[in-house]
Amino acid sequence: MDWHQLWTILATPDNVPITLLLFVIPFYTWYGLRQSLANDRLIEKLEADPALAKTHHRKTQPYRPEWAREVHVWPYLLRIEFLAAIIVTIILFVWSIVLNAPLEEPANPTLTMNPSKAPWYFLGLQEMLVYFDPWMAGVVLPSLIIVGLMVIPYIDENPLGNGYYVYKQRKFAIWTFIFGFIILWVSMIIIGTMIRGPGWMWFWPGQTWDHNRLIFEVNRDLHEILGIRNRWVAFFLGGGATTLYLVGAAIGIHKLITLTPFSKKIYKRMSLLQYVTMQIFLITMLSLPVKMVLRLLFRIKYVWVTPWFNI
Amino acid sequence: MAETNGNSGNGAPAGNGSGGKSVLTTLVEGSKEVKDRALKEIETYKKPEKTDLWKSILRVKHDETPRSRALGVLSNVFLHLHPAKINRDAVAYNYTWGMGGISFYIYIVLVFTGALLMFYYHPSKVVAFRDILYLEHDVPFGKLLRNMHRWAAHLMVITVELHMFRVFLTGSYKRPREFNWVVGVILLVLTLLLSFTGYLLPDDQLGFWAVTVGTNMARATPLLGHDGPFGLELGMTPFNDVRFALLGGSIVDSNALLRAYIWHCVAIPIIASAFMVVHFWRIRKDGGISGPAPVMLESEIKERR
Ligand code: HEM
Repeated sequence: MDWHQLWTILATPDNVPITLLLFVIPFYTWYGLRQSLANDRLIEKLEADPALAKTHHRKTQPYRPEWAREVHVWPYLLRIEFLAAIIVTIILFVWSIVLNAPLEEPANPTLTMNPSKAPWYFLGLQEMLVYFDPWMAGVVLPSLIIVGLMVIPYIDENPLGNGYYVYKQRKFAIWTFIFGFIILWVSMIIIGTMIRGPGWMWFWPGQTWDHNRLIFEVNRDLHEILGIRNRWVAFFLGGGATTLYLVGAAIGIHKLITLTPFSKKIYKRMSLLQYVTMQIFLITMLSLPVKMVLRLLFRIKYVWVTPWFNI
Repeated sequence: MAETNGNSGNGAPAGNGSGGKSVLTTLVEGSKEVKDRALKEIETYKKPEKTDLWKSILRVKHDETPRSRALGVLSNVFLHLHPAKINRDAVAYNYTWGMGGISFYIYIVLVFTGALLMFYYHPSKVVAFRDILYLEHDVPFGKLLRNMHRWAAHLMVITVELHMFRVFLTGSYKRPREFNWVVGVILLVLTLLLSFTGYLLPDDQLGFWAVTVGTNMARATPLLGHDGPFGLELGMTPFNDVRFALLGGSIVDSNALLRAYIWHCVAIPIIASAFMVVHFWRIRKDGGISGPAPVMLESEIKERR
């Protein structure tokens, strides 16, 4: 166990935001989901007792009949904003006094940094480079992430859960977002920061970053593993495997979004266009963990090799 | 004035012979007058919000009335994005986590510290790095300034992501707020781009290699990059593809530094500010923030319109 190495990684000033993430993300996930579960219980109660649902009991915040429905922004909101501004200012001052922004040697094109890392918020993308070629990991997937986020409101036909935390009414949506945001985005950032060392090799926490370490692992294309030499056979095999994934993922996702009677109801509300859009983005999102497993467990480099691109 | 005149009018018939004494009395009495008035006025200055100066700046009379509280918010440029009154539950921290507002505040901090940094920074090779050293070692509070700009940028990425997380968990992107979510995603991308373009500016190894790695991906853009699928077929070379456009050259050099500087200090801040204006405007127009709303039951779902 190389404690010094661990400390060097954790204490690098530029890594402090990730250490912060490590606390802040679990906290707010808990904070939000706790309210979701509380509201789930409330909804259960209301559903059992329709008379209760006609009263103030459906509110998710404390209520007293004598309280005014509205409050003045001045002072009731502005004082909170002011307080928040002061707290953030103090945090920033302390942080800036205690830790110095990094400054390395002057830029030198002839001296490669190893590992040369993107800023932390892009380490998820850099990590994807391990599993996909740059055109996919660096351009197509990021664009799809952005567009995929943008279409969320237009493909989510579930009218429930608008304006309050809830879990049971939006199970699929919440799991999808947590999967994309926490499991894929945040944890890949953490891997990129803490685990990836020189040569972008995998170093467990506490393992020394050995610049001379060599790993003899051979990643082979799918058709090589199957012993196929002919280029055309390989081409069609790869295309077939990719199609198989697309169809399999589509069926699996379809099963998931029609799992319960409620989700079937929501599914019936969706237009064809909404359904197809949702499938495309979910299939693409799922391809990342699938490729990760193929690479990490089966040492497969490309599934599909073509003259123009490789996947 | 009128009273002082009256005094000297009274004093005059008292006798011309004792003129000296009379002048003295008038002076003493006069100064007493002034003193009393000054005291009285000072008393009113203890309530500055009642003065004409105050009214001329803030445009509203200050009373302890609901109307004047509302006007105080509505007639102020900086506050009028807020309504005068809001739902009492909407101020609950457990609902919004305050992350949108905090992101905006951090953005303001960044604009402020960034503008100060610009006084010391020249976007050209060699000089840029030296400017950072100068900032760190010679400029009063320069190190603090640079640190704060750096850490605020990182913090903003975190708060914006948390803001998005809570908007998702509360389903606040649902009708009628769909488009404001889209605006939000654009803001998220702009936040990341702002951070990234700033990374190159110190012109040190860290930024140089991060930007090299980043822009190397651009050469693999399908169709538009010379290394990407179908790039060669479309006539892309290292000297005319997207990467060239981003860097202003085929390598990360002085042109790239200048471009990063202009994107970072001029273009993206303007674009991001514009989108923030839209974001805030839409929050108001969509009926304020979405909740905390009363829960809705499955039996209450209406047919699709
Ligand atoms: C520079 C970045 C951003 C700033 C300064 C900002 C600011 C704000 C503020 C001040 C609010 C009021 C409520 C609150 O504080 O939670 C808000 C609401 C909202 N934001 Fe953002 N935001 C940003 C980015 C985003 C992103 C990335 C998204 C989503 C992808 C988003 C979507 C929304 C939506 C849908 C609302 C309405 C929420 C509701 O009605 O409850 N914003 N934003």
